[in-house]
Amino acid sequence: MINWGTFISQCFNGLVLGALLALISSGLTIIYGTLGVLNLAHGAMFMLGGYAGWMAYTYSGSFIIAVIAGSLFVLLVGVVTERVVIRHFYSRPHEDQLLVTFGLGIVFVETVRYFFGSLSKAVPPPPPLVGITPLGFMFYPTYRLALLGIVAAALLALYVVLYRSRIGMIVRAGIEDSVMVDSLGIDVYKVFMLVFGIGAMAAGFAGIINAPVVSIAPDIGEGILVQTFVVIVIGAVGSFPGAILGGLIAGEIISITSMFNPGYAYVMLFVAMTLVLVLRPYGLLGTVGRE
Amino acid sequence: MLKQRPFLVEALTAIGLVVTPFILPYLGFAPTTINRILIWGLFGIGFDILFGYTGLLSFGQSAFFGTGGMVAAYLLTQVNFPNVWLALFIGLVVAAAVGFLVGLIALRRTGIYFAMITVAIAEVFFFVEFNPLSAYTGGENGLPGVPTPTLNLGFKTIQFNTDWSLYVFFAFWFFVGIVIALRIVRSPVGAILSAIRDNPLRASAVGHNIHGYKLTAFVIAAAYAGFAGGLLGVMQGFMPPDAFMFDTSGQLVMQTAMGGAGNLFGPLVGAAVWLYLNDFLQQTLHLGAAWKLVLGVVFVLLVCFLRHGLIGGFADLYKLAMQHSAPKAEPHEAAPIPGMTAEEEQKAAEIALAKMPAAPPMPPPHRKGDDYSGPILQATSLTKRYGGLVANSDIDFSVQPGERRGIIGPNGAGKTTFFKMLTCEIHPTSGQIVFEGRDITGMDVTDVCQLGLTKSYQVNQLFTRLTVRENLTISALAELRGKFRLDMFRLPHNIHGLDQQVERTLALVDLTGRADVPVSELAYGEKRRLEVGLALASSPSLLLLDEPLAGMSPRERVEMVKLLKSISQGRTMIIIDHDMDSLFELVERVTVLQEGRVLVEGSPNEIKGNKTVQDAYLGGVVAA
Repeated sequence: MINWGTFISQCFNGLVLGALLALISSGLTIIYGTLGVLNLAHGAMFMLGGYAGWMAYTYSGSFIIAVIAGSLFVLLVGVVTERVVIRHFYSRPHEDQLLVTFGLGIVFVETVRYFFGSLSKAVPPPPPLVGITPLGFMFYPTYRLALLGIVAAALLALYVVLYRSRIGMIVRAGIEDSVMVDSLGIDVYKVFMLVFGIGAMAAGFAGIINAPVVSIAPDIGEGILVQTFVVIVIGAVGSFPGAILGGLIAGEIISITSMFNPGYAYVMLFVAMTLVLVLRPYGLLGTVGRE
Repeated sequence: MLKQRPFLVEALTAIGLVVTPFILPYLGFAPTTINRILIWGLFGIGFDILFGYTGLLSFGQSAFFGTGGMVAAYLLTQVNFPNVWLALFIGLVVAAAVGFLVGLIALRRTGIYFAMITVAIAEVFFFVEFNPLSAYTGGENGLPGVPTPTLNLGFKTIQFNTDWSLYVFFAFWFFVGIVIALRIVRSPVGAILSAIRDNPLRASAVGHNIHGYKLTAFVIAAAYAGFAGGLLGVMQGFMPPDAFMFDTSGQLVMQTAMGGAGNLFGPLVGAAVWLYLNDFLQQTLHLGAAWKLVLGVVFVLLVCFLRHGLIGGFADLYKLAMQHSAPKAEPHEAAPIPGMTAEEEQKAAEIALAKMPAAPPMPPPHRKGDDYSGPILQATSLTKRYGGLVANSDIDFSVQPGERRGIIGPNGAGKTTFFKMLTCEIHPTSGQIVFEGRDITGMDVTDVCQLGLTKSYQVNQLFTRLTVRENLTISALAELRGKFRLDMFRLPHNIHGLDQQVERTLALVDLTGRADVPVSELAYGEKRRLEVGLALASSPSLLLLDEPLAGMSPRERVEMVKLLKSISQGRTMIIIDHDMDSLFELVERVTVLQEGRVLVEGSPNEIKGNKTVQDAYLGGVVAA
């Protein structure tokens, strides 16, 4: 027998998780779309955002500062990583790119483990958002509700940057054809560096705002990365709307399945991915021939 | 080298495995570490066939490692299955079967998608093992009490229950694993796997069912993984659930990349380095949890600076040393002679070529459709639209057997699109294509090639890491073996007619002297001839050539025209080119395309004098 109260609150949880996955996946997908590099260290960026934010919170006691510090730190890590390592891999095979980003992810995770240990760290939500909000038909944790708004705002900001700004136009042009953008006299490498930074920052931002919900640990990014892959396979690589659609679908599947049996959450996610691969191999919002 | 000493690698492996227990312990390797290295090495052999040979980077091998191990351990601990050897084998079979099913899904996409899908699928296995199936797998506790194997010789029963006796057991299986793998990579299947890695598009265009071969490689990798997983349980006396973890897949990928992919021994070397460092950093340097950080940094540096891993690095060093002792052979391409105009050079080349003995023509192709009479190719109202853009519209086109047809037209006339539709690389929006009386509209490029219709590409599509001979072998194999066949233990020389066909094609495209040179070291003209040779080696009855003369020097053009003339005997050819003098000399009829339509068709002389053709090319300026 389905408990409808639980069901609705799980649907809300799914929405929150889905929005979060959408944000992280957008970061991964604009990096892949523009640079052609699948960043296997993306989960580590999520984790780094959480830890940088936690550090800032520990010193300042302010959640806002934690969010800003976490995001900026990951932006910096992203830019430096692109400049020092990734840039030398554009002309190398996809496999080498996967290997090096995979290795970087391990280096990031193990560095954090070395300094902070394996035990998880908690960041409490900001004081005004502590507690439970009555929604009429149910009670829901205030911070999670706020999280939905925060992520929606972040996605909107990303949308505005991508679709309503000059740099966004260049990025979208770069997704279609980066060689052409280069030959138009735009310094594509500068754009690449920025895109990698922004993409990483999307994950880092998600990492710190999610910290009050799920406490952070060095390997927290691993599971997130896998879910992000499913989101992208479902939605289509390189597509911002695809990442959002895929994220929401994946979030709902995980949450609703967990209500019945958490052990099957991944199985259902996998079933959904397989269905998409069989029916629409290029993703729900994908087009044939663009990869 | 391998041909002269066919069992050299096998023999060296055997010797290495025998002397290992007498050497490695003195270098600080514990016996359990050595056993672990063998298990990871065996696990990696299958992975290397998938990644190093076929070019498919999977991050999900833990699924099969865990499955094989769990099945074997379950049989031995929960249902009191008596025979360890048989249980291991059943684990292998189940892992291979699971690999087949997973491969069907994961191989729907390539490249990064494939990597992402394998990660996701492996994660599912991990959760299924932990939760829904925990009654069978022990969940997070794993399955303890896995027995060690015994061998009953009749008069004596051998127990493999100590570290060193287990070493004998594992070394035996590693040896069996490497012998089988060497056999596979030297078989026609192995050759095709390398071709798929280098250029999947061309591998399918010369007539191989690449999806079938990729699935084969995937299943082989899963089988090796499953067996190695079973051995892990035997070694530890316990099947750990973390065999299913992403870390397992990651470790395998890292070890393979560190050792070097594509030579079967890379994973073993990588595992040795990895596990030795693991012991050394933790036990000697007391780094604790930081050992993985150090290994991560080592790995990133290796990927950055040593592209082909440790083995590749040593091989490069060896080559460098050899180059100093032996001067490199010069390509026999003649340099342009200074002080000669292009025209003079062309004449000189023609004279020089006339003196050369003509290569023997290929025998006429033999195929089922030989009793068919009528046009060899007939296209009816062929149209291709890309959204609003019409690339080809309403083309009617017919070619008689034995004819040499040229297609010309200004850039953007739709010539290449037309060719792609004829070879079924793309499908027409509407219209019909009939080849030797059979409707081929909507078939795929592999099947069409198997029927005897193939193309040489405008931009070279070669198997760049293979030699000239290997390239032609790939193409000839498609004709001699069909599009899919699992002769994994056959040696290519034993295929009837293969060597002759490759030699003949080599002679025909004048590359006999360069047969064992890798494609990457060829001059442009040689690559261009090999491109035609690839199409030719599958003995097509209809050969399409997309700008065979593009980008060639005058001398190379003369050679190519001569080559095309010699191969045209008994064969139907359609040639696109912009070099009209050469083309008109080669062909009997010419079709002119303009803006996606047939403008006019006729003999070369008619076309030369045709006013509309002149207008099309010169924009009507001359006429005005």
